[in-house]
Amino acid sequence: MSDLASKVLKGDSRSVARLITLAENNSNELAGEMGIIHKHSGKAYVIGVTGVMGSGKSTLIFELARAYRRQGKKVGIIAIDPTSPFSGGALLGDRIRMTDLTVDDGVFIRSMGTRGMLGGLASAVFDTVEILDASGKDVIIIETVGVGQAEVDVVKIADTTLVVLVPGLGDSIQTIKAGIMEIADVFVVNKADRPGVEQLIAELESLIEISCIGKDRKIPVVKTTAKDNKGITELVDEIEKHRDYLKKTKVFETQRRKRYEAELIEIIRKRLMNFIFDESTFKEKVESMIDQISKKELDPYSAADEILGKILK
Amino acid sequence: MEKKIRVLVAKPGLDGHDRGAKIVARALRDAGMEVIYTGLHQTAEMIVETAVQEDVDVIGLSLLSGAHMTLFRDVTKLLKEKGMGDVLVVGGGIIPEEDIPALKKAGVAGCFGPGTPCEEIVEFIKKNVKR
Repeated sequence: MSDLASKVLKGDSRSVARLITLAENNSNELAGEMGIIHKHSGKAYVIGVTGVMGSGKSTLIFELARAYRRQGKKVGIIAIDPTSPFSGGALLGDRIRMTDLTVDDGVFIRSMGTRGMLGGLASAVFDTVEILDASGKDVIIIETVGVGQAEVDVVKIADTTLVVLVPGLGDSIQTIKAGIMEIADVFVVNKADRPGVEQLIAELESLIEISCIGKDRKIPVVKTTAKDNKGITELVDEIEKHRDYLKKTKVFETQRRKRYEAELIEIIRKRLMNFIFDESTFKEKVESMIDQISKKELDPYSAADEILGKILK
Repeated sequence: MEKKIRVLVAKPGLDGHDRGAKIVARALRDAGMEVIYTGLHQTAEMIVETAVQEDVDVIGLSLLSGAHMTLFRDVTKLLKEKGMGDVLVVGGGIIPEEDIPALKKAGVAGCFGPGTPCEEIVEFIKKNVKR
């Protein structure tokens, strides 16, 4: 067995971190290691936390992680922030709110830039979930980038998805109505010490009422003030209830299968793009095609078919 | 391989002045690096543990309290103990000229005081990063 993977299975932080880096860099050594890791993953429960910018996701995750630590569970946290599309750099600041967890050896936090991936996730997040899982974490919490309307991909990987809202952001439900309202397994109304909280909950509940017609589960709303550690126990309970529901209805297995589907598609996408844009032979061809398309000598569909035709040969 | 330089910008000890650290963090981001900022009042243990989990290539320590001789050296010592001696450590803040040789000896590769152009720090990191 590879040295790195075997150390990951023993829970060695340094090796876990190294392997995540290999995943982020899409390294050539990754495939062999992940072959081993995959056999040992699948036990951890994955919670996705998404919501608008400034809704207090990081602070909420900090308190959730502490609650799970009190239960004796080991926690992995993946905190995603946007990569600048211009410089390729990223400022990853989610740890600021989790600083007290740093020296707890039952917690592993990794900050991640999106590195060009849309949907609110980072491309390496699938691998990272498997790595943390195989390293012995019981609960893995993923914090997506602050969302607008389309960043809903976390639902493909999480067992339970929390959508965090806050009062006082104007008509906040309106601004995030499509997509993100549909992915919540539990709604969290955070910063509940602020005015407007009852109105927000009332709006949410009437919305849930409509959207849950004919379904066997009503989406709960939990009120939290994460900075004062309020409502966290209730939130942990609701996550637990959702987990029981998933297991009872066998939706759990269907969801996990969807995760592996999304993971497989992501790996194929990455490998294909690397093949087309990194291999020296293709890169030149692609560049000259882009020139031709600009000059109207070629249309983009014919160009795409030609490239794919060459690969399939 | 799509490697990016990962940098931890940290404020050790009792020092609430993080304007400089934030400006440097932004400059490094704009130079295409991934910058992890941990906030204020970090102990050497917290900084090194964060460096392990985040698998960083560089640590930038900022200190204006005068405790750099102790705290910077605590960080480099702990890094070596954790087998992370190949991480490039740089310092910034108020570091008197006469302290720099001793810090270098302890493993702080470069110190950048007030007025240093950000480009100089970016260049230094790109040239000296070992991993």
